[in-house]
Amino acid sequence: MIVRISGEGQYRLDDSDCDRLTELEKRVISIVEGGTEDGFADAFRQLLDYVRSKGTPLGDDELDSSDVILPPSDISFAEAGMEFTGEGLIPD
Amino acid sequence: MAGLTGRMSTVVKAKVSKLLDRAEDPAETLDYSYQKQVEQLQNVKKGIADVVTAKKRLQMQESSLQQSVVKLDTQARQALSAGQEDLAKTALERKNVAQTELQGLDTQVSELEDQQQKLTDSEQKLRAKIEAFRTKKEVIKAQYSAAEAQVRISEAATGVGEQMADVGLAMQRAVDKTENMKARADAVSELEAAGTFEDVGQLGSGEDDIDRQLKQLSSTPAVEDDLAKMKAELGQAETASAPQIAPGTPEGGEAAAAPEQAQQPASGNGSQG
Repeated sequence: MIVRISGEGQYRLDDSDCDRLTELEKRVISIVEGGTEDGFADAFRQLLDYVRSKGTPLGDDELDSSDVILPPSDISFAEAGMEFTGEGLIPD
Repeated sequence: MAGLTGRMSTVVKAKVSKLLDRAEDPAETLDYSYQKQVEQLQNVKKGIADVVTAKKRLQMQESSLQQSVVKLDTQARQALSAGQEDLAKTALERKNVAQTELQGLDTQVSELEDQQQKLTDSEQKLRAKIEAFRTKKEVIKAQYSAAEAQVRISEAATGVGEQMADVGLAMQRAVDKTENMKARADAVSELEAAGTFEDVGQLGSGEDDIDRQLKQLSSTPAVEDDLAKMKAELGQAETASAPQIAPGTPEGGEAAAAPEQAQQPASGNGSQG
């Protein structure tokens, strides 16, 4: 499984790491959906750190596309919230 | 996966497929993709230059604000020496605003440095991927039939396309940030232009909008502190100020009617020493 952290790079993770990744992501989502910023930065950092520690960075000359794309590490709580209301991070 | 990743992935993939949709002929698609990639690389370079320009502008503003702080401090001193306390206070309020803005600018400059670094990293990464794509496309053109080439092209171009979309996102974020900062910097320039005055006499007595804004912005305790310090430095002791009236004195009117009585408890406390 290939995971991209936006603005940072791609990592190759073992498929067996997927469950934990989903779990960590769900925590971030539930915080964002809850609407209170408490714990957001920590939970999001844990998610990214998991990818960084478990994954192997893809070489710059590898042209594989990602299975999962995570938002950039400096995403704000407000920006994360926008992800759910439809405007999204990537403008056309 | 839903939520954050789901949406990010969907948007990026939509962008990538838009990039690939153009031509039916595989060889043409390859060359077109490559051409697009090189264009994008130029855009990133331009984006980095914009961030550097924005950073320089903020740094110039920082140095001009530093000069304002010195100037306003001098003006406050002059006003106080001339017995114009209100004027001194206004100058100190403006100095306070300038100092607050300076702190804000510091943060912004380091944010922009971050952005610059990120974009530079992205540019290098994209350059490497484009180079890899260039090599691969020649191999694909030479070795595969049209049908097979189509599959391999779409694999390779999707990988580069994703990198391009990602760099595009980083650029957009950098542009948004510099735009916000520019708007703010312009606002500060206006305040700053109105905030210093050629000589103390020019300030006048009428409060304009800017004065009111400044008063709202500046933190009063800090200004009062500054004023007290400045008075002490200038040797203007607290002789003429209000605290002479003892605590518990009922009303101003009564105190004025019987000034000696009102004064007595205060001097009895030995507050003069």
